[in-house]
Amino acid sequence: MSSAELTSGEYIAHHLTNLTFGKKIDGTWGFAADGAEAAHMGFIALNVDTFGFSLGLGILFLYVFRKVAKNATTGVPGGLQNVIEMAVEFVDGNVKGMFHHKNTMIAPMGLTIFCWVLLMNVMDLIPVDFIPHTASLLGVPYLKVVPSTDVNITMGMALSIFLLVLFYSVKMKGLGGFAKELSMHPFGKWGLPANLFLELVNLIAKPISLGLRLFGNMYAGEMIFILIALLPFYVQWTLAVPWAIFHILIITLQAFIFMVLTIVYMAMAHDSHE
Amino acid sequence: MNINLTILGQVISFAIFVWFCMKFVWPPLMAAMEERQKQIADGLSAADRAKVDLGLAHEKVAEQLREAKDQGAEIVDAANKRATQIVEEAKDQARVEADRIKLAAQAELEQEVARAKQALRTQVASIAIAGAEKILGSSIDKAANSEIVDQLAAEL
Repeated sequence: MSSAELTSGEYIAHHLTNLTFGKKIDGTWGFAADGAEAAHMGFIALNVDTFGFSLGLGILFLYVFRKVAKNATTGVPGGLQNVIEMAVEFVDGNVKGMFHHKNTMIAPMGLTIFCWVLLMNVMDLIPVDFIPHTASLLGVPYLKVVPSTDVNITMGMALSIFLLVLFYSVKMKGLGGFAKELSMHPFGKWGLPANLFLELVNLIAKPISLGLRLFGNMYAGEMIFILIALLPFYVQWTLAVPWAIFHILIITLQAFIFMVLTIVYMAMAHDSHE
Repeated sequence: MNINLTILGQVISFAIFVWFCMKFVWPPLMAAMEERQKQIADGLSAADRAKVDLGLAHEKVAEQLREAKDQGAEIVDAANKRATQIVEEAKDQARVEADRIKLAAQAELEQEVARAKQALRTQVASIAIAGAEKILGSSIDKAANSEIVDQLAAEL
C-alpha cells in the first residue's frame, strides 16, 4: 500500500515506529511526532500502542481462561473447554518433563507465557495496514500492532524471568551456594576469575537471548509482511499467503520456545550441582 | 526501538498475569481435569469389577443349578426308597395278619374238634349205656356204673 504521499522508506519507517507518549523536545507532554522525537524522550516514555495491545491480549487470555475455569465441568467438556484443556495439558506435560522440583508457580507461568506470547504473535497475521490505517484515519499518527515486535515487551518478559532465576537461585541454593556456583565452575577454585567471567556471561546471556530471539523473529516476520505490502496489490497474495502460512509455524514455535526456555531456566535455577 | 518505561510496565503486567493465572485459572482447570481422570479411572475399574462379578454370578448360577439337580435326584431316590419300604412294611403286616388269622382259625378248629369229640364221647357213653341196658335187660345203676362209663368215655 505504497500511497502516493509516502516513499517506500517512509512507509516502512512509519510501520516500525511506536506511538510513544513522553516529554517532547519543547518540554510539553504528548505523543512523539516521529521516531527521532521518541528517541529523545529517553526512558521516561511509554509505547502506548504495544503496551496497550499486550495488556489487552493478556487480559483477553485471562478472561477467556478464567471463564472456562470457573465453569469447568468434570463431565464431557465442550468445545472451548476442550481447547483450553489441551493447552493446559500441553503446558503441564512440558513442565512435568523438564521441571522436577516442587513449585506451583512454574506451570501457570508457562501457560501464561505460552498463551500470551502466542496471542501477541498472532497479531502479526492481521494484514499490516488494517489497524494502523484505521487508526491513522482516526487521527493516531503511529500504531504498531504486534507487541512482540517491540523490544520493550519481549525484554520485559525476559527481565522478569531473569529476576525469577536470580530469586530462585538464591532461595534454593542460598547466597553462598549461588556464589559458589558462579565462581567454582568449570575450572575449580584456582580459575576463579575465569569461572566468574564465564558464568556471569552465561547468566546474563540467558535473558538477553530469550528476549531478543522472540523480538528478532517477530520483527523480521513483520518486516517481510511490510515489504510484501509494498508490492502492487494484485501480486501481494502470491507472497503474503505462503509467508502467512509459514508464519503460523513461527508464531507457535516462538511462543513454545519462550515457554520451554523459561521452564528450563527455572529448572536450572532450582537444580543444585552439589 | 527505544527501551523505555514500557519494559517496566510489561514486567509488572507479566507479574500480575502470572499471579492471576496461578490463583484463578490453573487450579480450577487442573481440579476439573484431575476429577475427570479419576472418574474415568473409577468407571473403568467399576466396569472391570462388574465383569468379574458377572463371571462369579455365572459360576454361582451353575453351581446352584447343579446343587438343585443333585437335591432333586436325592429327593426322588428317598421317595423311591420310602415307597419300597412302605410296600415292604405293608407286605410284612399283611403276612403277620394272615398268620394271626390262620392261628386263630386253627385254634377255633381245634376247639371245635375237641368240643365235637367231647359231645361225641358223651353221646357214645350214653349210647353205650343204653346199649348195655338193653343187653342186660335191666337198668343199671347209673350212679354205680357211671364211673366205669366215664372211664370208657375218656378212653375213646
